[in-house]
Amino acid sequence: MYSAIKNVIFVIMLVFGSITYNTLQAQDSTLIEEVTEDVVAISETVTEGHHAPALTEIINEQDPIAAIMHHISDANEFHIWGDIALPLPVIIRKSDGSWSTGLSNQYHEAKDGLILSHGRIVDAQTHSAKELIDLSITKNVAMMLLSLLLLSIIFFSIKSAYQKRGVHSAPKGLQSILEPIISFIIEDIVKPNLGKDYEKYIPYIMSAFFFILINNLLGLVPFFPASANLTGNIAFTLTMAVLTFIVTNINGNKNYWSHIFLMPGIPKILLLIITPLEIIGMFTKPFALMIRLFANMTAGHIIILSLVSLIFILGENGASIGGAIGGTSIAVPFILFMNALELLVAFLQAYIFTLLSAIFIGMAIEEHHEGAH
Amino acid sequence: MLLYDAMELITPNLGLVFWTTLCFIIFWLFVGKLAFKPIARAIKSREESIEEALSSAKKAKEEMLQLQTDNQAAIKLAQQEASQILKEARDLKSAIESNAQAKAKEEATKIVAEARAEIQKQKESALLEVKQEVSKLAVQIAEKILEKELSNSKEQQDFISDLVNKLN
Repeated sequence: MYSAIKNVIFVIMLVFGSITYNTLQAQDSTLIEEVTEDVVAISETVTEGHHAPALTEIINEQDPIAAIMHHISDANEFHIWGDIALPLPVIIRKSDGSWSTGLSNQYHEAKDGLILSHGRIVDAQTHSAKELIDLSITKNVAMMLLSLLLLSIIFFSIKSAYQKRGVHSAPKGLQSILEPIISFIIEDIVKPNLGKDYEKYIPYIMSAFFFILINNLLGLVPFFPASANLTGNIAFTLTMAVLTFIVTNINGNKNYWSHIFLMPGIPKILLLIITPLEIIGMFTKPFALMIRLFANMTAGHIIILSLVSLIFILGENGASIGGAIGGTSIAVPFILFMNALELLVAFLQAYIFTLLSAIFIGMAIEEHHEGAH
Repeated sequence: MLLYDAMELITPNLGLVFWTTLCFIIFWLFVGKLAFKPIARAIKSREESIEEALSSAKKAKEEMLQLQTDNQAAIKLAQQEASQILKEARDLKSAIESNAQAKAKEEATKIVAEARAEIQKQKESALLEVKQEVSKLAVQIAEKILEKELSNSKEQQDFISDLVNKLN
């Protein structure tokens, strides 16, 4: 939790730093005061419980933080272009136990005591979503369903390619792109970590890898129907980490459990300290998985969006053409660089998540070696 | 504001947890079991077949190499045999030649000897003929010379025959 907050705060500091620095260069000190006052004013309104202004307003009011937060958060509608958004199905259980369903565009006017505010459906009175249980197909869920469809098409076509062309002919097309990745996962992640029964874990490890990878990649695509920051969403990483935790502990053998509750070769009195530590260790491993993927993906998105905001900040939202040109010429190379880096990170994080999952499962199913202690 | 956004960011949304679980389990059970397992199996059997092909290629190469050395040995052997045969032929040839030469020499000597003997014989018979002819001539000459004196005288006739005998 702490490292996540630290990560987010660090990036936000970066944004603040760039605002201040660039304004200093471009403008006189009075403007800095104005901007600072603006930021302070916006901060106050938000902390008072009001909601951040709509995206266009945000940019007009020079608040890159709200714009960035809006971009990396989930939404009940799928923003396409300008004021056009794809309405998404809404399924919400209200605090009184009643359900409200419909399409998100029906909630522009208050419906069932709920209203669509800046992309999210909130209580019409309190303007808060805290009391609601939102099972809607949100932007993230829509992209996840899309990724599921893509993955199914890709892998069933590859499967039929193997069945049709046989194993004695060279792979072709999609098959030849993915075959090295698949054999890499099997040879370098599954086989070295999961012992002789490794084939049982191929579906889980490969599913996790490709599910994370495709959503990382779709998250980098900046337009509809991708662009949702799904793998940078704590709910997604939490679910994936919990699944690894479940797979690890369901398959854990006697040796694994005895190492947790009755660490062999240790004086009984020390077990009072070791056992609680081992139990905490069971949870910290998937917790680290959750935080790592979340923080990496979110940080990448925030950095890219900060660089985009630079153009609007320097250009004063179109008031200063020179500033906009300057901002663009600075920001675009950095954005390109960051996108290339994020492409690498997309693969890297999918790899790390599955590698660590394989290691954790491997440790739980490892056979006991006498004399190892 | 920072705290507000950060808290929003790190609070998991139940709905997304639900949908992620559903989507991933569907993916895991359907694509994972129905596609990944057969793909992994296909890749494994492909690897095995490649390995097999490689090892059989290696074996074939070794066999070829073996065959090559065998061939070379056979060629060497054949060459040795050929030169042996040639040498033998040459020896035979020279033997036959010398043999033939000796035989020819022998034959020649024989022929020469025969010729010589023949010549000797011819010579002797010729000599005999010449002698007879000469004696005849001599007799005729003598007859002609001594025709008259020899016609009656017995002493004369005896003397001549004595002479003729001496001539022989």
